[in-house]
Amino acid sequence: MGTIEDLAEDMDVTAPTGYFASVDEVADRLAEAGYLASPAVATTVFLADRLGKPLLVEGPAGVGKTELAKAVAEVAGARLVRLQCYEGVDEARALYEWNHAKQLLRITAGREESWDETRTDIFSEEFLLPRPLLTAIRGADPKVLLIDETDKADVEVEGLLLEVLSDFQVTVPELGTVKASRRPFVVLTSNAARELSEALRRRCLFLHIGFPDAELEQRIVRLKVPGLDATLAASVVRVVGALRAMDLRKVPSVAETVDWARTLLALGADTLDETVVRQSLGVVLKHQEDVLKATAQLDLDAV
Amino acid sequence: MSPAASENSASGSGLAERLTGFVRALRAQGVRVGTGESVDAGLAVEVLGLADRERLRAGLAATLLHQEGQRAVFDQVFDLYFPRTVGAPDSVTEGQVSPGREELRDRLAAALAAGDGAGLEQIAAEAVDALGGYGSASGSDGWSAYQTLDRLRPQTLLARVLAALRAEAGETGSEAFTDRLTADEIRRRIERFRGLVATEARRRVAERRGTDEIARRAVLPSADRVDFLVAHSSRLAELHRTVGPLARKLATRLAARRRRAARGSIDLRRTVRRSLSTGGVPMRPVLRRRRPVRPELVLLCDVSGSVAGFAQFTMLLIQALHDQFSKVRVFAFVNCVDEVTDLLSRGRADPAGLGGRILTEATVTRWHDSSDYGTALGEFADRYAHTFTPRTCVFVLGDARTNRTPPGAAALRTVRDRARRVYWLNPERRALWDTGDSAASVYADVVDMYECRTVRQLGAIVGRLLPV
Repeated sequence: MGTIEDLAEDMDVTAPTGYFASVDEVADRLAEAGYLASPAVATTVFLADRLGKPLLVEGPAGVGKTELAKAVAEVAGARLVRLQCYEGVDEARALYEWNHAKQLLRITAGREESWDETRTDIFSEEFLLPRPLLTAIRGADPKVLLIDETDKADVEVEGLLLEVLSDFQVTVPELGTVKASRRPFVVLTSNAARELSEALRRRCLFLHIGFPDAELEQRIVRLKVPGLDATLAASVVRVVGALRAMDLRKVPSVAETVDWARTLLALGADTLDETVVRQSLGVVLKHQEDVLKATAQLDLDAV
Repeated sequence: MSPAASENSASGSGLAERLTGFVRALRAQGVRVGTGESVDAGLAVEVLGLADRERLRAGLAATLLHQEGQRAVFDQVFDLYFPRTVGAPDSVTEGQVSPGREELRDRLAAALAAGDGAGLEQIAAEAVDALGGYGSASGSDGWSAYQTLDRLRPQTLLARVLAALRAEAGETGSEAFTDRLTADEIRRRIERFRGLVATEARRRVAERRGTDEIARRAVLPSADRVDFLVAHSSRLAELHRTVGPLARKLATRLAARRRRAARGSIDLRRTVRRSLSTGGVPMRPVLRRRRPVRPELVLLCDVSGSVAGFAQFTMLLIQALHDQFSKVRVFAFVNCVDEVTDLLSRGRADPAGLGGRILTEATVTRWHDSSDYGTALGEFADRYAHTFTPRTCVFVLGDARTNRTPPGAAALRTVRDRARRVYWLNPERRALWDTGDSAASVYADVVDMYECRTVRQLGAIVGRLLPV
């Protein structure tokens, strides 16, 4: 049998990851890493850290769900392990796989050996390809496990996640059970394309990141686009707020606000007026019918 | 939090009791909360403390909720069980004279102009105290948000706030592009103020009548649990926004069912044929290969006033799902059938105006405005039943209230015989079927009829019944 360094070490699975001491500290340190968290986000991250539960983050595209995981990893000095889900992702992609090619080479290389010797050897760690979930629970260094777009994965993968997320252990039949010696901080993101199973939801803390309020969004814009004038930033956020109130196919997200601010900076605009807005509206709105609708409602044709 | 409230919750058992009461109220509102989550919520309270109310709210939401759709209900119940303060607002208890209507309006206008959230909250509290009480003079019997808003009339402040802002802008500089957004922003703030007043009134009533009762009776249910038949227009607009996400979920559910159906049934003839080579023992079953054909869907909707909201929502939902089917045809009727498929696909940009367009542009009424199922079904069977194929699945939407005209079950039978399946979705509660002029059971004898009162029910039924 091969050895895995942390095979038998026990761990209290409800132990906190212990990255943060208070909610304020979460907000401050995330801000230093360039992520401005709303009070709800900071509180929930702190709770996830304290209660040692995975964090399920939902919300529209482009509000910074993935960024949150990256920022947490950065401030905690942890390694970010990312599992990108897609339709058809399976155990071999998520958990581990045997390196068949290498095993074959090993078998051909050792012709004179007995079968028993070969077998113990080819099922050792050297021939194991750890995939994100296994990587995240091995080793003693701090890690943040990001399971991105969980809703894209098939229902079967959820079953796999349930086992890993509740006990933080993985059983490799040929090697034994790998148990985490230090639990990773787990973030799952979802765009709600599919209803995640109740069982998975129950194991997680739930956080919905919506669009930020105007004041926070202004701070985000000014942080991401430092050269932008404060009044222009305020105007941009107000127009985006008005666009979100319209009934559009795809409402602009924070990412679009920042893009728009960058565009305006590049265009050298110092105030928003009809011409500038009409020219650059395509940055914020991604469908032609949305552009038409917004043009009509914002009275841009009046010029 | 005021001193009284923190005193109340400082004792551990009191807090645990409050928390379990809170969880019970959530469960009564249809939020599924298990014991494990209650324990987590307790841990969250322990970790976060009670000092910051918004943090407590976020912490409890993180541990108790699993879907964003439940958030509105959660917030209302939270405001009842963990109120901002207790009793009348501080300024009133400190012995000042309670402010008059005009003074409140002045301050409200200022707060609306400044976008001062805390100020709005304070004014809402004072307004409910000053204007919302009803009943015997001194200790009033209750507090009414409706009465408060009716006396305060915040919506009439819009022009005044705009004028004030314009005067201010006129002093500092020229007119800016964003000024045209101001009116809508003020409107949203007024809407917010109305919400605050409602919350405050609920809180005051709860103090008088008991939190548990108010949490059970006065909390608005989440959008997917509202009856189609009683939902008013703003609720319906909220529902229309859920069409897209719901359609996406149903589409994935259909795709999963399709996958499963594709490897389901055994082809008996070919299994027996193959078993000959193994001495008649069917060693290897042969599965039926399905041709990848998509079914056709026909929707027949009663769009008369009483059930229009339900019909529109379902039409929009099916329209959003149209790429799951080879063909979707939609018919509408009040007492005369007309095809509205084109109206529906053209009108995707404007779901709210759909009902009006159908009534004006399609011929759904003749001579009078009340629904007549018998005539409509008869016409439908005569004019369109011959276009059905064995892959056509028909959904009839309506409350089966015939206004005492003949129900025309024979026509429905014709439709049923031509189509693969016919389902009837009835937005009325089952207990009301066959009361008054309802001919529900006449139709239910011919086709399968399902009760479909809320978006939640509709989603479940449609996800199960839609052909794959």
